[in-house]
Amino acid sequence: MSATTATPVVLPPTRSRLRRRWKRYGPAWIGGAIVLAWILVAILAPWIAPYKPDAVDVTIRLQPPSWAHWMGTDTLGRDVFSRLLHGARLSLLAGFSVVLLGAALGTAIGIIAAWARGWWDEGLMRFTDLVLCFPPIILALAIAAALGIGPVNTILAMLVVWWPKFARLARALALVQRSQEYVEAATVLGLKPRRILVRHILPNTLGPLAVLVTLDLGNAILTFAGLSFLGLGVVPPIAEWGSMVAEGRELIEQWWVAAFPGLAILTVVVGFNFCGDGLRDWLDPKGRSR
Amino acid sequence: MDGFIPPHALQPVPDVPVLEVKDLHTVFMTDSGPIHAVDGVSFTVGPGETLGIVGESGSGKSVTALSLMRLLEEPARIVGGSITFQGKDVLAMSRSELADWRGDRAAMVFQDPMTGLNPVIRILKQVTEHIVSHGRMKPAAARTRGIELLRRMGVAAPERAAASFPHEFSGGMRQRVMMAIGVANDPALLIADEPTTALDVTIQAQILDLLRGLNEEFGTAIVLISHDLGVIGTVCRRVAVMYAGEVVEEAVTAEVLADPRHPYAWALVNAVPRLDAPTGARLTSIEGTPPDALNPPKGCRFEPRCPFKIARCATDHPPLMEVAPGRRARCWVTADGRSLPRPTLPAAAEAEIPLLAEAPLLEARNVEKHFVLRRPSFMKPGLTVHAVNGVDIALHRRESLGVVGESGCGKSTLARLLTRLHEPTGGSVTFEGQDITHATPAAMRSLRPRLQMVFQDPYASLNPRMTIGDALAEPLLAHGRVPNRKAADERVRELLSTVGLKTSFASRYPHEFSGGQRQRVSIARALALNPSVVVADEPVSALDVNVQAQVLNLMLDLRQRLGLSYLFIAHDLAVVRAFCDRVAVMYLGRVVEEGPADDVLSRPLHPYTVALTSAIPEPGRQRVVLGGEPPSTLRLPRGCAFSARCPIAQPACEERPPLAEVAPGRKVACHFPGAFAPRTLSRLETVR
Repeated sequence: MSATTATPVVLPPTRSRLRRRWKRYGPAWIGGAIVLAWILVAILAPWIAPYKPDAVDVTIRLQPPSWAHWMGTDTLGRDVFSRLLHGARLSLLAGFSVVLLGAALGTAIGIIAAWARGWWDEGLMRFTDLVLCFPPIILALAIAAALGIGPVNTILAMLVVWWPKFARLARALALVQRSQEYVEAATVLGLKPRRILVRHILPNTLGPLAVLVTLDLGNAILTFAGLSFLGLGVVPPIAEWGSMVAEGRELIEQWWVAAFPGLAILTVVVGFNFCGDGLRDWLDPKGRSR
Repeated sequence: MDGFIPPHALQPVPDVPVLEVKDLHTVFMTDSGPIHAVDGVSFTVGPGETLGIVGESGSGKSVTALSLMRLLEEPARIVGGSITFQGKDVLAMSRSELADWRGDRAAMVFQDPMTGLNPVIRILKQVTEHIVSHGRMKPAAARTRGIELLRRMGVAAPERAAASFPHEFSGGMRQRVMMAIGVANDPALLIADEPTTALDVTIQAQILDLLRGLNEEFGTAIVLISHDLGVIGTVCRRVAVMYAGEVVEEAVTAEVLADPRHPYAWALVNAVPRLDAPTGARLTSIEGTPPDALNPPKGCRFEPRCPFKIARCATDHPPLMEVAPGRRARCWVTADGRSLPRPTLPAAAEAEIPLLAEAPLLEARNVEKHFVLRRPSFMKPGLTVHAVNGVDIALHRRESLGVVGESGCGKSTLARLLTRLHEPTGGSVTFEGQDITHATPAAMRSLRPRLQMVFQDPYASLNPRMTIGDALAEPLLAHGRVPNRKAADERVRELLSTVGLKTSFASRYPHEFSGGQRQRVSIARALALNPSVVVADEPVSALDVNVQAQVLNLMLDLRQRLGLSYLFIAHDLAVVRAFCDRVAVMYLGRVVEEGPADDVLSRPLHPYTVALTSAIPEPGRQRVVLGGEPPSTLRLPRGCAFSARCPIAQPACEERPPLAEVAPGRKVACHFPGAFAPRTLSRLETVR
């Protein structure tokens, strides 16, 4: 590099930037691609599905996969592939709404608890612990059963059990930020607490929360499918992955009825997990080569 | 003694240097390209020699140390040169050879004593672990030696300490344990990377004495890495000054201090405020920042900042040339053996005359702050930290008042009491005549614009997710000082130029700035609302000396231009002396001495102030090394808090001395003011 160096310095061959990036973020890219593909499928389902999802034709019931029906047909002769595509809409919508609403509610509660300290903190956190005490699926099941069958009620039921983990994490993150000097500086400048919370503390807690949200989306979709599998998620004719798996539960010979929706759940959960892991690595300043 | 170490199979031959580094190149392979962190460094350390490596952060000194021990990890790589240890090629060693060599023949002590020890292993085990693992001794013998080592390192009650866990120790004690680990196998070379940076001055003095003792008694060669030339001057005979990955000057330390031959070394030497400099003088600082590591200048790397540059400097890269017998420097200007001129001291600022006759702007009376800790267990009572225990302090208009003391003395808590970030447990605080001791947050909000604060950590005091422009505009908009965002931006540009930053910086985020620039932004933010008082909590202690000088000069300028009053919290006495009119020395939550800065620091009356002033690692200063450490703030001593460490403590000290006025404007809390005065002082007088 420098002309006057006594001995010429030979730099070692470096792996290309692309290859290093790939090693680090490859799975995240794959996960992102899977998730993106499913979101596109969900949006475009009415246009790309070959059949209507609720078109019953008992003459062709339980057909194995063929060129006409790529994933076969179910007990009522409905096209599994078309139902799968339509099912993505409800699954993704449920997953996103539960996690995003749960995160918003939990973060608000956590940050307020961290800021207020004292009795507010105690009260809010003990209530959070109370909800966390119950096994989430069982509690959601009970609430959903009480509210009645239907996607909206199921989402509400899940929301009740979903916010506490975000409240816990947000409180911990906010406590760290709260003791930072820039928050003291904001106080010294005479800013109002609400402004400090919204403009200073909140933006600095969003990184780890975004990781949890991404990792949790797969989890929420899985739980929603689980509740549907148990018969709580949707009213029958509506296509939904969990209820589709439930339909195929007793059909051992006709594996395609349960296997394909199961595979759909698997790919979407894995996709979101890869994304979340990648996001966590990317946000972690240590070991992140610029 | 029992713990006698058997001699090494390979005794060093006196003539073979312990360490010989030739043309070392270490590169960080980053996505943006290779960064040459160490770029052609050569030096030699003979048996029993001491070499200091000094430079500002980012100069490559720590990477050099890690390269020597081959402790680097990807993406860093040694790409050229050679490291020879007692004739053996370090770069050719295999993993197992390295493991045998490290900690045995060559040892390293790191900067952070808090994370350097394993928290779940008892102290003795950590000291003896590698004596045993290197096969030097049987475990039983190693234990005896371990305790002996702890005693040698000055650990109090070594038998008891040996069975303790690291968290039971203070930073200074842990650093002693680290040194005991370092020298356990009687290494030929000890590399110490900023071993005292995290410690207080009196503790720093103890550790530096220990290092010097190791060298003198055991003949251990020492490579000491520090950003502080003063620290190096007290231990090392020779020094290598590093800048932008290169050694720019190498010579006997005393010669560099007296007559630096490279302009960067010159800047380092002159940027440090000295206790014996005239008060109120501006410090010598060089502008600019180190060059872009990805793309260093073609000529001399210091050329863009150099006050002495000549035409040749921009085009030719200077080699390390012999400028005098035994002295080498990388500079075209001094290549013919001439010296650099002494800095022309900028005319001392017109002395601000504090309005002492007026009622004080900010005043604390007998203010106290106690923090109640969580109960350690259900059965035990809660513990109380006595952070501030009755402090009287008054800041007048246009005055600059320094508060100094070691960590844990309550100075930062005092700053937060005065700005009402904390609510006092007792006493009162008044600001502009209003009692704000228990003012509500809403009442405080209307006062805050006139009572501002600058914080210590330039990395933590700015919101990382806000642009500089937004951060500066926020208080203006929140307090309705400007009608709209456009007017706010106008004022933001004005503020940025006030603190010497480019107006285009407004759209950038904090991480794009250096520490010094961030501190300027913090100052600009404090000035946004036109305050009358600025409380500065260690505003320059996280900065390199040169940047420190820049920021201090800026603060002095602002004081003059805007008529500010400063309450300046610091642990560095020389900085306080350069900056303040009056100074208050704190110990264990109380003021022990107060008076005009010049007076207090050159003729201290309290024994603690005497020890503090003498502990500053200025070369040629005779030191009073204080034994022991400040007592715990959990249980306050009944008598004089300093008596446990005081060299002249007497039975009368069982009773707490009041802070009494001994001369006009000078208060001391001691039964025997001025009784303890070592020779240091007379020496200081002759220098003046």
